[in-house]
Amino acid sequence: MRPVSGGVAGGMVFDKHRDFIAELLTRYPVKRSAILPLLNLAQREEGCVSQAAMREIADLLDLTPPQVFETATFYTMLSLKPRGTFHVQVCRSLMCALVGADDLLAWLRAHLEPGADGATADGRFTISTVECLGSCATGPMMQINDDYYEQLTRDKVGRIVNDLKQTGDCALKSGPFMMPERK
Amino acid sequence: MKTFEKILLKNMEQPGYAGSLAEYERAGGYQALKKVLGRVPPADVIDTVKQSGLRGRGGAGFPTGVKWSFIPRDHPGPRYLCCNADESEPGTFKDRQLMERDPHQILEGMAIACYAIGAQTAYIYIRGEFRLAATILERAIVEAGRAGHLGADIHGSGVTVNVYVHAGAGAYICGEETALLESLEGKRGKPRTKPPFPATHGLYQQPTVVNNVETLANIPHIINRGGAWYAAIGVPPKSPGTRIFCLSGHVKRPGNYELPVDATFRDLIDDLGGGMRSDKPLKAFIPGGASAPFLTPEHLDVQLDFESVARAGSMSGSGGVTVMEDGTSMVWAALRLMEFFYHESCGKCTPCREGSAWIVQILQRILNRQGRPDDVRTLEDICGNIGGRTVCAFGDAEIAPVQSTLKYWRSEYEALIAEAGALNAGRKDIPVLSVS
Repeated sequence: MRPVSGGVAGGMVFDKHRDFIAELLTRYPVKRSAILPLLNLAQREEGCVSQAAMREIADLLDLTPPQVFETATFYTMLSLKPRGTFHVQVCRSLMCALVGADDLLAWLRAHLEPGADGATADGRFTISTVECLGSCATGPMMQINDDYYEQLTRDKVGRIVNDLKQTGDCALKSGPFMMPERK
Repeated sequence: MKTFEKILLKNMEQPGYAGSLAEYERAGGYQALKKVLGRVPPADVIDTVKQSGLRGRGGAGFPTGVKWSFIPRDHPGPRYLCCNADESEPGTFKDRQLMERDPHQILEGMAIACYAIGAQTAYIYIRGEFRLAATILERAIVEAGRAGHLGADIHGSGVTVNVYVHAGAGAYICGEETALLESLEGKRGKPRTKPPFPATHGLYQQPTVVNNVETLANIPHIINRGGAWYAAIGVPPKSPGTRIFCLSGHVKRPGNYELPVDATFRDLIDDLGGGMRSDKPLKAFIPGGASAPFLTPEHLDVQLDFESVARAGSMSGSGGVTVMEDGTSMVWAALRLMEFFYHESCGKCTPCREGSAWIVQILQRILNRQGRPDDVRTLEDICGNIGGRTVCAFGDAEIAPVQSTLKYWRSEYEALIAEAGALNAGRKDIPVLSVS
């Protein structure tokens, strides 16, 4: 691997999670199983999976950095490059497309004007398309960071984007699944 | 439609039910676990599940009790249970509801399954995108542990069951059971060749059972009410029980509906789903997730059980039913699904990896009025070279949308290609060799 780029300058990526990691390693008889939980944690911590994080995971699990890299590059949720504060993932699979996902995506792109890499100039939003997120009865839908937003309309998407810009959060996100609504 | 009793969605459809341990226990929860622990020998638990005829709800429909009975009794090392919560078949969203609204139903099923196969450790492999469901499950595991339903020496029986949530990070293929095991071992999620099967060489090469969320959620009810009770519902003896069908697409009321499998697609789409969303009639539907061949209005009276759907030329799969109205381009629909498969092919087997890319390219050019006279034949040729020639069932799945739309709506392909011929007549592109 090339010299370390990215990562938390001067410190260890997982330093403040020592207790969690100690507990995590008790769950598996083979340490390597903790790769995905640690990669997910690294991305949560830093916004992407840095080389520093992959080296540290390798150290923690007695692996080589390429073994960690090999696993990390298989999974679409893991990104080796930084993304916007809000990662907007619009489902484009058939079930959402049947109920207007393409229209919504076009509107979002026209409204936020992301560059070729999907990121807005201010670095706040990255728009990407994803395949089915298991929300087909409530499409069109998108996931922003950890949260699902369902039964979207242009109006609703506009409110979500505005809320996120202003407060960093949005009350329109989905709670536990309940469809169809019953009295 | 005749009346029936819901099994899996019964609790959560009570007003105000939020799936806490107290609510689940009030509804009779964890009685089945107490009933078997230390009282019913594991082999008898497996026999009850066998007798129920319950079949896997993830897509393949393998009999659950039979799967459990494959775990070698005399194995000296550990055994494992994996709950497959990687729900990512397009059109399927039932497991998410089960996990978010009634997590203890799944945990109780898992504890019973662990007892039956002699596993002390169970993992719930959940797709990484389901953060909310993962949080709810983790909370439920802590709750159940405090109440003594999980952990060491459950209710003084000496039985230990530890359940952990393990989140994936975005890969459809990890729903395939051996890819799931590879992923859980910290590797790239590529399916293994079978045999050996997970029952003897699964997680860490130890005997392992992989069951879908909905399958495990059925277990407490089967233990409480008996195998014979369950076996009498639906279409005995081969397809007993109720299933949760996920209705999406151009219907008035999309959503999850639990039905005994002797109901028909018409019952599901018209009675429960409220029929089509507009005055356009139904043109096509997918009966069991993206991997299932498309069906037509002629098939609306087909029953929902595995065998009936198979006889109609498709598969009941994961229970995801997607409805398309008149005016939907079938070439476009096939392309959308094909793009999904191209995106998700793990790359292990050449026919699937390369074939999915070729099919996407051909469908794109047909749709963009650049189709070539030989394209339909080329599509059929490529599909014929993928099916049955890959390590896992993904290869057979990815050709379903193309083959079935070619079967029923071939004229749509031909019309687009004819249009391209008229549009591009006289153009001097580099000639393309025919496949024959």
